Amino acid sequence: MTRHIPWILTAVVGLVALTIVAVSRGEAVNALWIVIAAVSCFLVAYRYYALFIARHVMQLDPARPTPALRRADGLDYVATDRTVLFGHHFAAIAGAGPLVGPVLAAQMGYLPGTLWIIFGVVLAGAVQDFMILFISMRRDGKSLGELIRLEMGQVAGTIALFGAFMIMVIILAVLALIVVKALAESPWGMFTVAATVPLAMVMGAYTRWVRPGRIGEVSILGLIGLLAAIVYGQAIAQSPLWGPIFTFTPVQLCWILIGYGAVASVLPVWLLLAPRDYLSTFLKIGAIAALAIGIVIMAPPLKMPALTQFAAGGGPVWAGGLFPFLFITIACGAVSGFHALISSGTTPKLIASESHAPFIGYGAMLMEAFVAIMALVGASILDPGIYFTMNSPTAMIGTDAASASAAITAMGFPITPDMIAQTAKDVGEHTIISRAGGAPTLAVAMAEIFSHVVGGPAMKAFWYHFAILFEALFILTAVDAGTRAGRFMLQDLIALAVPAFKETNSHAPGVIATALCVAAWGFFLYQGVTDPLGGVNTLWPVFGISNQMLAAIALMLGTTVLFRMKRDRFAWVTMLPTTWLLICTLSAGWLKLFSTDPKVGFLAHAARYDAAADAGALLGPAKSMAEMQRIIFNDRVDAALVAIFLAVVLAILFFTVKTCLAARRCAAPTTREIPAQMVPAQ
Amino acid sequence: MNRLFCLIRQTAHLMVGIPDYDAYLRHMADRHPEQPVMDRTAFFRDRQEARYGGRNSGRCC
Repeated sequence: MTRHIPWILTAVVGLVALTIVAVSRGEAVNALWIVIAAVSCFLVAYRYYALFIARHVMQLDPARPTPALRRADGLDYVATDRTVLFGHHFAAIAGAGPLVGPVLAAQMGYLPGTLWIIFGVVLAGAVQDFMILFISMRRDGKSLGELIRLEMGQVAGTIALFGAFMIMVIILAVLALIVVKALAESPWGMFTVAATVPLAMVMGAYTRWVRPGRIGEVSILGLIGLLAAIVYGQAIAQSPLWGPIFTFTPVQLCWILIGYGAVASVLPVWLLLAPRDYLSTFLKIGAIAALAIGIVIMAPPLKMPALTQFAAGGGPVWAGGLFPFLFITIACGAVSGFHALISSGTTPKLIASESHAPFIGYGAMLMEAFVAIMALVGASILDPGIYFTMNSPTAMIGTDAASASAAITAMGFPITPDMIAQTAKDVGEHTIISRAGGAPTLAVAMAEIFSHVVGGPAMKAFWYHFAILFEALFILTAVDAGTRAGRFMLQDLIALAVPAFKETNSHAPGVIATALCVAAWGFFLYQGVTDPLGGVNTLWPVFGISNQMLAAIALMLGTTVLFRMKRDRFAWVTMLPTTWLLICTLSAGWLKLFSTDPKVGFLAHAARYDAAADAGALLGPAKSMAEMQRIIFNDRVDAALVAIFLAVVLAILFFTVKTCLAARRCAAPTTREIPAQMVPAQ
Repeated sequence: MNRLFCLIRQTAHLMVGIPDYDAYLRHMADRHPEQPVMDRTAFFRDRQEARYGGRNSGRCC
């Protein structure tokens, strides 16, 4: 009993902190209460729930050889120290998602997001990552698509692969859109990000020929280069000659990114992708650690209310009410289907013992949720007026400080034009109005926190551009790597119809698949950039729905496996989050399709523009009939996409039910695990 | 202290997909003493290609 006492105390601390966060009204709550609440809940969940799943649900067996032992080759399959592997796994799952979603969700106040992140990760997100790691670990480290094929059949596997490709396309478009939003009309930011391309190439040449494999060395050189680029970026931005050269409109940036994606994804990996990945990975880990330390030192009060009037719907950042849309807006951080691809990727091939799986599968996801909590704190310590100025579309608040301040004040968040202008000046930008996408908002918050700790207000502009660079850097790496991964997925899919496409060594299929992949995400990026509502408004919900659907698919796989292991008694562990995700995503998808509110439903929006176009009228912000037609077309494409996602998830649900029922009829386990008694090949 | 530094170094390397070279050498010596081993540079290039060039560009949103 005594061993439980510290944990009981932790739980009590967490509960007290959570209560303070939840019930305080009127006076400002300190951000540290959210952090304490989250950390205590995570620790207790890890100690009890993860252990329960490991011992009773999965019955992990430390004596059972993992793929790293059975197939050890010193390269892909290597038994790895568990802390080292934790770092590897966390670096692979942490991306822009947990930073952006919570920032967008802050429009409803900090409370709903905090609660969903804490409870979502404990009951759904971490369970999913852990479960998929477990399933893959017992099957030679097979990938999610292969696992679904193995346990649910060929058709289900192909459907899942197709769904994963579509999700990849949407993710790439959304990520690229965030970069566009952050860099448009910002010569300073644009210069620093552009400078990373030649910088990475120099690093690539260095690791290729000068000192091969010296990653630490070259990363330090790269970091010095990056800091120099941020420092000189200011002078470049102010120069009458160079400033305009690095100033781009969103549409120009969109084409630059599409061109970049196409070229970068066919360059040799050592030249650009690998070195920039070193920079972005280490910078990401460093920035996350610095943010945590900064928040603890600064202990800022939360300025955002616990709940805003937008919890009922009608918010400017994204449309729709708390249910179901909050649960798809905060995707990564609470539960992210994409992690299923990582948990069935390299990690299961590196794990040294089954007993490490809770720490890596469940623990790393808790860490990611902590990142999401920090992003939410970041957005909530800003003045709400600034937050809404940065995240509302220009269609609502106009493009100058006077119109924005009037519109935002009318929403109930008083702000003066001077404050808007001063914030922009502080961070060294022309304007902060309508910079949706999460990255700029978070960058302002990070500048606030970092400058409090290091450098004071004079350093704000530097830290702002540091934060933008850090986010843009790993987003661009993800765009590059994602295009390559998408290309292979597409080749696999096309090969089902045209077997010659499987030839990964010949050039034509690769080039065609790459072009198709870039065209696919480029289409949605262009649509988002030219969207009068700012793009993020439209694309982020589609991304959220797709990502949560992938999570539902992964959890359905988990349920199927538990049934086939004849462990039905414990299947509620995955069925509970599956059910919740299905309810959220199916109803969100349904609303996105058929809601009669044109702000929410794609088809209602299209119908409204269609009716106006038939009457020969122009509906703002469209300025011509061609723009009207484009809006209608985009709405219908988005609707079709959501319909496809719904169909995919319902199909997998069908196969899950079918397989589970079949498993119940069998007296013995039918699961396709590698038998425990197989000893390592000597 | 030395062990801690080693651990951090290994973690940083594995974060960008480069496993431990010494572990590879040990594996080859134990299991396949008759086979030739890659030198440090070849090992690095092989792992770089495996991480980024293939199907396993595991990375999240």
